[in-house]
Amino acid sequence: MMSLDAKALNHKSLNEQLRDANDNIKLSSVLGQRFIAAGMSGKTIDIYGTPGNALGAYLNGAVINVYGNAQDAVGDTMNSGQINVYGNIGDAPGYAMRGGKIYVKGNAGYRAGIHMKAYKEHIPVLVIGGKAGSFLGEYQAGGIIIVLGLSNDEKDIVANFPCTGMHGGRMYLRSKCEGIHFPHQVTAASADAEDIDEIRGYISEFCDLFGYDADEIMGGDFTVITPSSKNPYQQMYVAN
Amino acid sequence: MPINFILPEFEVERNDYRCIRCRVCERQCANGVHRYDPDGDVMLSDETKCVDCQRCVCLCPTRALKIKKNDAALRTNANWKQNTILEIYKQANTGGVLLSSMGNPEPFPVYWDKILINASQVTNPSIDPLREPMETRVFLGKKPHDIERDANGEINTELPPQIELELPIMFSAMSYGSISYNAHKSLATAAEALGICYNTGEGGLHEDFYQYGKNTIVQVASGRFGVYKDYLEAGAAIEIKMGQGAKPGIGGHLPGTKVGADVSKTRMIPEGSDAISPAPHHDIYSIEDLRQLVFSLKEATEYQKPVIVKVAAVHNIAAIASGIARSGADIIAIDGFRGGTGAAPTRIRDNVGIPIELALAAVDKRLRDEGIRQNVSLVVGGSVRSASDVVKAIALGADACYIATSALLALGCHLCRTCQSGKCNWGIATQDPELVKRLNPETGKERLVNLLTAWKHEIKEMMGLMGINSIEALRGNRLMLRGVGLNEKELEILGISHAGE
Repeated sequence: MMSLDAKALNHKSLNEQLRDANDNIKLSSVLGQRFIAAGMSGKTIDIYGTPGNALGAYLNGAVINVYGNAQDAVGDTMNSGQINVYGNIGDAPGYAMRGGKIYVKGNAGYRAGIHMKAYKEHIPVLVIGGKAGSFLGEYQAGGIIIVLGLSNDEKDIVANFPCTGMHGGRMYLRSKCEGIHFPHQVTAASADAEDIDEIRGYISEFCDLFGYDADEIMGGDFTVITPSSKNPYQQMYVAN
Repeated sequence: MPINFILPEFEVERNDYRCIRCRVCERQCANGVHRYDPDGDVMLSDETKCVDCQRCVCLCPTRALKIKKNDAALRTNANWKQNTILEIYKQANTGGVLLSSMGNPEPFPVYWDKILINASQVTNPSIDPLREPMETRVFLGKKPHDIERDANGEINTELPPQIELELPIMFSAMSYGSISYNAHKSLATAAEALGICYNTGEGGLHEDFYQYGKNTIVQVASGRFGVYKDYLEAGAAIEIKMGQGAKPGIGGHLPGTKVGADVSKTRMIPEGSDAISPAPHHDIYSIEDLRQLVFSLKEATEYQKPVIVKVAAVHNIAAIASGIARSGADIIAIDGFRGGTGAAPTRIRDNVGIPIELALAAVDKRLRDEGIRQNVSLVVGGSVRSASDVVKAIALGADACYIATSALLALGCHLCRTCQSGKCNWGIATQDPELVKRLNPETGKERLVNLLTAWKHEIKEMMGLMGINSIEALRGNRLMLRGVGLNEKELEILGISHAGE
């Protein structure tokens, strides 16, 4: 693995060096550079420091490990690959991702997993170890969003307005979700054994990455949210 | 059954003397208007289903058919027009939002029609395009502020990426899903033959059409359908769709019924699932955020592609364009309120946005005043209907025009404005395989090439008569324009004098 000190590099030259590298790369002293690894494939990038917005946008197969916090728009329109964040993540992670996986140890900001899609064998997965902000999974059209609620605070597992406009995919919240309001076009139910089996692999990968006990996590109460319809708005219109 | 208050809008007039009961009309009508009654050996019509697309009229071998506006009318009322009343009935019947297609049909002023073009007489002689070379080629993209020279005095010719067009016209965004495979193929092949670009719209790029990449603009909208690295790299440029003239400020919604296997594959979404484009990009709340999307696209494509930002023409368009010109975008596309659509809420299509002529003039002036006009090229659409509209747009400051409705008309569209039904009898705005095959992409290409070849001749004729032999010399040349019947404010915004001045 080659090393690169990002301290004096702007995003353009940083990405040029990443693209040119034939090997996996360790980036140190990253300080807010945006667009790191945009569209990249075929390498692993370890990031020390704090990457800026749009980390791994359009990611196409590369693996990114962030040993710290990440900012907004991580994995925007991600196609494949994996992003592991060993801290918290900002707003709109996984916007419109259609493949690959994002694992976050800590909390996520607003609008996580909005407009996630799925396509043939591509099933995107977003796992948030802590809690999620408002608008989680808005317009979700596919894929799997999992929030585990492992952070020690009094907050609800998800803030306001989760799942608005959801019309595909599944969401798992490790909580009974009492007091959380879901919109009418989704169904929220206690996860049964079959539901849990579907996410077992992702949970164990999460635990392997961040050092949690999978059995303990799987022992919690999960609520699974699914859309009632693939066509939530078709009755709203009249031809004129 | 409750009484239906809604009068049929059209009347099918069948000349029984001419009708030979061949039943072509019945087979051709996807709306199910025509029916043969064997008992009476007679063709019957259900006018309530007719949309006046003229398919049966055009295909009737004996010309036995006419579709006419139904003259059975409600009592005339200048305030409560018949349409207004019928719309209330429709909403009272269903509780639904009124949904329409194509551009705003209401009688708002069309400024193109109130602008006249100058011609050379005696002095500054006109140029004969039949014997003189006339340059219609344009390059779209950021231009340098100053001429830079190296140590030897040679001009540094390294330019940011540009789109090269043989004439200042492109086919505007129409997604695969809203229009058919054959319509897209017609547009792609015609763009290649003409040396211009067509635009994928937000529905992704079908795998068969990657070969036309250098004549393709790939669009990135809030739904991000079909957006991935190969797609971004496939085209001549990337367009971020922030807004659309027919429905500024709202998103799109392709119903799941139109998302068949092929559309699903191209959009990279589940089959049968609604394709919802939210109103805003959920990561763009400011010019700074827009800059972030512009540069994430540039990073993903290694700065090889110009980035277009498309916005609807709205009230503060000059200030908005000024922001976009500073966002790192290379080209701004502005879509006027008459722009077409595959489906938009009627109230929004008919009441939101401003005319493209005023938006264009205001933006061009603002960017010039601020000294940033060369940061971006301007492309305008939203009802550019003819070569003279193109010439007027260039003289008002555009670098190029987007056309879409004109292109669909060339493909056989009859502007019946029911694209949203998915039952386009002309094979354009439909995904029904039986209907799609009615549009032959070879014929479609030829008709598009014919249309724009004719426009190119007309543009050259008009350039020649103004004594201009390069389209670049016409851009922003407002002295070539005069207004008729416009008030002082309108003339001021357009930056032109009144005829006679």
